[in-house]
Amino acid sequence: MIDFLSSSAVWGVALTLGTFALGRVVQRAARLPWLNPLIPASAIIIVLLTVLNIPYADYKASSTPLTYLLLPATVALAVPLYEAWGKLQSKLPAIIIGIGAGAISGVAASFLLAKLFAIPKEHAVGFLPKSVTTAIGIDVTAELGGHVSLAIVLIVLTGIAGNVLAVLFCRMFRVTDSVARGAAIGACSHAIGTTKALELGETEGAVSSLAIAVAGVITAVLCPLFASGL
Amino acid sequence: MEYILQFARILGFCLAGEALHFLLPLPVPASIYGLLLMFIALQTGWLKPERVKAASAFLIAVFPIMFVPGTVGVMELWDVLAGLWAPILLAVFPVTALVFAVAGHVTQFLLRGRKDD
Repeated sequence: MIDFLSSSAVWGVALTLGTFALGRVVQRAARLPWLNPLIPASAIIIVLLTVLNIPYADYKASSTPLTYLLLPATVALAVPLYEAWGKLQSKLPAIIIGIGAGAISGVAASFLLAKLFAIPKEHAVGFLPKSVTTAIGIDVTAELGGHVSLAIVLIVLTGIAGNVLAVLFCRMFRVTDSVARGAAIGACSHAIGTTKALELGETEGAVSSLAIAVAGVITAVLCPLFASGL
Repeated sequence: MEYILQFARILGFCLAGEALHFLLPLPVPASIYGLLLMFIALQTGWLKPERVKAASAFLIAVFPIMFVPGTVGVMELWDVLAGLWAPILLAVFPVTALVFAVAGHVTQFLLRGRKDD
């Protein structure tokens, strides 16, 4: 079985696409629109790999074609960003300051959390970029000598939380403006949250896409400063 | 064929982003350089949106699938996660809510020139 899987070039991608489709079925059947198919898909794969005793590294290697798409997909966010740019122009200072304030409070809060729990540096570093897109968070964490897998888990969990709770947060914090909603979703939950923002509306999606870039750059600059104090 | 060409154009910007990441001594990832470069190309009219739009829409639509392999990585981290469950829960929920509230309210406040509540 393992021999076959390590010789097969497609099983990781096939398994991911299949379980993701299954995840969508679960999402619809359970009538839980907030249940991102990512959660059931990942859960099924974890159970399968554990039961069949297949190392995660084999699955990871075999699903590389999917993670390869992260870079072009992040670059592709330039299109929805461009499309709403005209509408946003006069609002850009407010958006950028708002996202910057969110990014700073997030990195600072994560830093305090790491200090409070006296988390060792290699793990603490992974907490700092938890609100930015996976591609950036990985680079930032690796650059600072942190545990990349832990950073991915935190980023993905944060993204799912932001995606799932975005509508609730909007109501809870009385963020009613489309532009402010996009800024808030993108700043707190990067690309995973942005998929929800794109569902909410074109403006939300565009501002959220902008937030991925803005929050990403600001966080990438902030993290080394905070990491030196861990 | 059109899709292939569109994807190739996007990859061109990825490559340029990787080149900038390699050349500039800043902790800014290639994806951000690529995004900004493609955005500038669109904004200046050098790149027509139709030339990348369909492939971009596809990539963005399938974004969540790309996060599955990373999420599955949690299975290797049970021990680390077990020791860090409290700060992880705090980072994932209250800190995310804080970032949402700060970013949302600052933006909304600046846009309206007055507090919402």
